[in-house]
Amino acid sequence: MTTTHARIDESLVAHLLRRASFGGTTEELSHFSEIEYETAVDELLNARDTMSIPQDIIRRYHVDMSDLRTRPSSSGNWLYHMVNTDAPLVEKVNLFWHRIFATGQTKLIQGKAMTTQLDMFREFGLGKFDELLLQLSKNPAMIMWLDNQDNHKGSINENYGREILELFAMGAGNYTEEDIKECSRAFTGWTVENTDYMALKMRNNTMRPYGYVNWQFKFDPEDHDDGEKIFLGETGNFNGEDVIAIICKQPATAGFVARHLYHYFVADELPVPQWPHFPPLNPEAIKVMTDAYFESGYSIKAMLRALLLSDSFKSEAAWNARVKSPIELVVGTLRLAGGYDGPTHDVYGHIASSSFMGQDIYAPPSVEGWMGGADWISTGSMVQRVNFASDIIGDLDREGIVELVESIRADAGEGASPESLVQASLKHLGNIQVSDQVNEGLAEFASNFENTVRPSNENIASLLQLIVATREFQFV
Amino acid sequence: MTIIKKREKVIVVIQLSGGNDYLNCIVPYDNGFYKDARPNIRITDEQVIPLDNGYGLNPGMGPIKDLYEQGKVAIIHGIGYPVPNRSHFRSMDIWHTAEPTTVGSKGWLGQAIKELDPEGENVVTAVNFGNGLPRALAAPGVPVASVGDLENYGLLTGVSGTNQREQALSTFSRMYTPLLGSDTVMDYLGKTGLDAMRGADILKEAPQKYRSNVEYPDNPFAKSMKGVAQVHMAELGTRIFYTQYGSFDSHTNEVALQSALWGDVSTSLAAFFQDLHEHGIGDEVTVLMFSEFGRRVLDNGTGTDHGSGGVAFVVGNQVKGGHYAEYPSIDPVDWIEGDLKFNNDFRGLYTDILEDWLEVDAKPIVNGTFEKIKPFVA
Repeated sequence: MTTTHARIDESLVAHLLRRASFGGTTEELSHFSEIEYETAVDELLNARDTMSIPQDIIRRYHVDMSDLRTRPSSSGNWLYHMVNTDAPLVEKVNLFWHRIFATGQTKLIQGKAMTTQLDMFREFGLGKFDELLLQLSKNPAMIMWLDNQDNHKGSINENYGREILELFAMGAGNYTEEDIKECSRAFTGWTVENTDYMALKMRNNTMRPYGYVNWQFKFDPEDHDDGEKIFLGETGNFNGEDVIAIICKQPATAGFVARHLYHYFVADELPVPQWPHFPPLNPEAIKVMTDAYFESGYSIKAMLRALLLSDSFKSEAAWNARVKSPIELVVGTLRLAGGYDGPTHDVYGHIASSSFMGQDIYAPPSVEGWMGGADWISTGSMVQRVNFASDIIGDLDREGIVELVESIRADAGEGASPESLVQASLKHLGNIQVSDQVNEGLAEFASNFENTVRPSNENIASLLQLIVATREFQFV
Repeated sequence: MTIIKKREKVIVVIQLSGGNDYLNCIVPYDNGFYKDARPNIRITDEQVIPLDNGYGLNPGMGPIKDLYEQGKVAIIHGIGYPVPNRSHFRSMDIWHTAEPTTVGSKGWLGQAIKELDPEGENVVTAVNFGNGLPRALAAPGVPVASVGDLENYGLLTGVSGTNQREQALSTFSRMYTPLLGSDTVMDYLGKTGLDAMRGADILKEAPQKYRSNVEYPDNPFAKSMKGVAQVHMAELGTRIFYTQYGSFDSHTNEVALQSALWGDVSTSLAAFFQDLHEHGIGDEVTVLMFSEFGRRVLDNGTGTDHGSGGVAFVVGNQVKGGHYAEYPSIDPVDWIEGDLKFNNDFRGLYTDILEDWLEVDAKPIVNGTFEKIKPFVA
């Protein structure tokens, strides 16, 4: 019975890597299968990003990634991280915050402001939530995205004050319109240096051959409303820091962050706007995380650790329960194909592919981020998804693909049955589980190969192309 | 006796991406303010193609002049929206969603498709030529075929060998067939995958059926327009076509760049209408051309920066040719932040197209009532 046991473990590891990474290569799967599950979780949570291609080499190759004038430059730079990082969970967490604190370069025009925000997520994204919210409130891209530079003493602009409560930390229904106004008052004077000039630069996009000046946070005490405020039942001369401290001790905040983590790491939840009206799909999983939140002093890492170790996460019901986002599909496929071994112009095409599938990194459709789930799937996006993955996986000019094909052939063994070849292929593409219907279809396809005793590289590659075209490959 | 089949009306939307410079497109070549504003990149009296009312066309637009003389071109002046945004992306979004103030996610044409084909029965009611799906066509549950290259369009195009690919496609279809009792997202994915395959199957017939004596020019835009003609003539029930060309973002080298792009657009458009005409089906097609914004009045040396207030075109047999709305004043005292002042909300023009051409209710799509331009023959 040991073989059965091992198989289940490998499937669980595959599930963990689909969620806490971008899927697993054969090496990753075997590495994480050899250690305890809990150790694997900690290893993923504590990994630090060491880029295999240093940033200065990338920038020497891509001049545009220094001045970061356009979106492909900034999003392409992020793609390098996602595809090549050995701290994939950090990048998944970055995507998680980018989806919730959805900021768009479309409005800011400044690519540098976006990469600065991403660096902030990379540093604070798994830290304490109050610290993260503070960094977010001081983040120039966020300030300009939600117009906090127009939030003045005596004349508030509620955009940021509203969204920090509704979209970023608490969720609708847990505060009043008065709280929004008081919250906005607390954030008056939180702006960027040289505001008028920078705001003008944001609206009038003209050619700047030397790139952009990075925005800097500025607290302007003259423009800050220092008066008394009543916020969520507490009274005081609150500043932004105080408001964040009050937000973070609310049970609603813990529940909201937990539900987002569940939504992203476990299973597609209801669309966020419906959350105030319907309870979470899995209250037990939420409780595990909210307990961890308060016990750890608001640590996101503690919440995520509790979730990844929970039965709700590990249960088979959670496996393949989420539709892969376009960027997960792009990055996961490229990592299977061996990643980037040096700077390449392909990053632009790959980032464009994600946008053709419906996810334009750094350009969320609105402040509410991407809806996700079945929303990713349309006839147009299906053509893009299937063709992108099968083009990469079938590309025998890639060293990584040739290695993949050869190890599949070796694994299945000389004279393997079509069924065994299919099993070996599924295993090497991240231990994908498919229905009987698909298994039979794939085996029949493989039985038509000219040389079934020793199938050619082209034949095996075409089988891989078909596997990444399955419905199952569209899920994580 | 020939039975003349009543065909449904079709709109072809052409997006001129990057910001087409209005002043050097419909040129007020005799206007003193124009001459002052464009010391470096003026279209001179010798270069301009004179039209009427003191206006001329960009030198690249010769074939548009011919169409104009046939009474097929409506020039829609001063088009834009309140509080202009000079970001390409945001401004294009506004045109796509018809939502200038809030960030919208549903495209105006996507919503029109939903009205034309509520059950999504025809997977090719709308066809985009280009990569990805412009937000204009996006709406929940609306199938849209997005075609990069009609001749090679399809699923699993990277599988080598005709035989192997055919087998792969047949396996694909088998693998995507929804099973009884499977869960809803899986089913939805199955249906969508099969729809995508069906769309590809339907569309690949189009070039095979197509016969024409018309030679299209050799440029990427002409290829898209020829694709539109092929799909339209195959009578697949497509009502909305979309394509884009550019980039018109002429910060530098504007005179050469804009003329070359307009050369491609206008020669392709002329070939397209000629093609329709020869097949006796010109009456059912209308073309809308727009850009996300016009450009700054003052030139910057060899080009222009982003501006506001632009020009759109409606072209077709059923169009009453001529000038619509007013050319905004070029007098510097009338500029807004250095740009022309728009005087004509694009949502009015959308209303014309939705109500009087596609015959769907415009109000819920453009979110209100806007003054129509009335460019169609009554």
